Amino acid sequence: MAQDHDSHDRHDHHHHDHDHDHPHGSELSPMDLRVRALESILVEKGYVDPATLDTLIETYETKVGPHNGARVVARAWVDPAFKARLLQDGSAAMRELDVGGRGGEHMVVVENTPEEHNLVVCTLCSCYPWPVLGLPPVWYKSPPYRSRAVIDPRGVLAEFGTVLPAETRIRVWDSTAELRYMVLPMRPPGTEGLDEAALADLVTRDAMIGTGLPLSPDQGARA
Amino acid sequence: MNGGQDLGGMQGFGALGLEADEPRFHAPWERRVFAMAMAMGATGTWNLDASRAARESLPPGEYLTSSYYRIWFRALEKQVQQHGLVEAGELAAGAAMTPPAPIDRVLKAEEVAPLFARGFPSDRPVETPARFAVGDEVRAKVVNPAGHTRLPRYVRGRTGLVERIHGGFVFPDSNAAFAGEAPQWLYTVRFSAIELWGEDADPGLTVSVNAFESYLEPARAVEGTSRA
Repeated sequence: MAQDHDSHDRHDHHHHDHDHDHPHGSELSPMDLRVRALESILVEKGYVDPATLDTLIETYETKVGPHNGARVVARAWVDPAFKARLLQDGSAAMRELDVGGRGGEHMVVVENTPEEHNLVVCTLCSCYPWPVLGLPPVWYKSPPYRSRAVIDPRGVLAEFGTVLPAETRIRVWDSTAELRYMVLPMRPPGTEGLDEAALADLVTRDAMIGTGLPLSPDQGARA
Repeated sequence: MNGGQDLGGMQGFGALGLEADEPRFHAPWERRVFAMAMAMGATGTWNLDASRAARESLPPGEYLTSSYYRIWFRALEKQVQQHGLVEAGELAAGAAMTPPAPIDRVLKAEEVAPLFARGFPSDRPVETPARFAVGDEVRAKVVNPAGHTRLPRYVRGRTGLVERIHGGFVFPDSNAAFAGEAPQWLYTVRFSAIELWGEDADPGLTVSVNAFESYLEPARAVEGTSRA
């Protein structure tokens, strides 16, 4: 499972004012300078509270991440009634596990089967289920993935190292409204003895986007 | 708008740019842009659809060569000016030079958790019955609006099947222009890759989009109905 925050994050105080990676002045990038200019204007005018900015960053850097979605998937693997509710109304079922909120108000869960594999993209922007998977990775928001996922999904999957049987059909879901998608991957073989927490450790972010598959128990043990 | 954001089916962008153990943010300024965009969104001055419209209004050459947080930043600079919150001279000077404009709310740190846990649902009641039913064959209209739309170019004029009806939702095309939420029925419409991309396409591939009712028309005229 990917770690959920930057281990090297040194920002712990007053970092709205300046970052500590550079001395003042000339070494700041043009973007650092422009962003800092806008922030100081917004703060000076009272539109934003610097403490709020820090809280927002901390929330999305340390609290929200794919571990939430992994819990949902693991529960669906062990509890058929929950799985049925999840496929029927994703948001309502996730609320049972305290997963939900901004960017996950209207969740649709799509189930992988031996016959059919699901892949999620947002060709028009970067719609992504934040409370379930955290903030999207750069590739999800960038032109190569957004352009290719709908026309060449097998090529995309191959680049992730995900090879499906040729006869497996692919369903692509383009997130063009406020509905957000999560893929319910198939439970890996050889996991019969694992409990829910151990199963959750096998569920990767990419498995819930559809670009990857869950880890096998062996891969999970090495991760 | 047929802008740089409408990427589905474009070719030639190359590798996906996958990173092992990708960090949440790639530069300190990205954190600040993310948080500013969230906090300014909460002031109530604009809505999420308007923010998307601002992002996709960047010239395509700039959109396609900018990182996503740079796109957010450029849109935010534009929005604060459009709404009279910040003047161009202030951005250039990096300092406030005019009095603040009134805003509806300033988001407090302690409000972040409860507000974001609740989220911002966009489902709304719609008074009229749904025009289409699951299984109906529909065509995405050929339209090229100058403003915001969530109907990607690659499905326009193509025929698919209604596979789900989701209820009423805020209509982004209207909301982005501050012309009201004007909720509409929202459908999932499934297209075969062959319909979208031609006969060489993978016969096992389908692509589904979420389409608002006004994006769709019956695929063929139905006898005996007088629906508009």
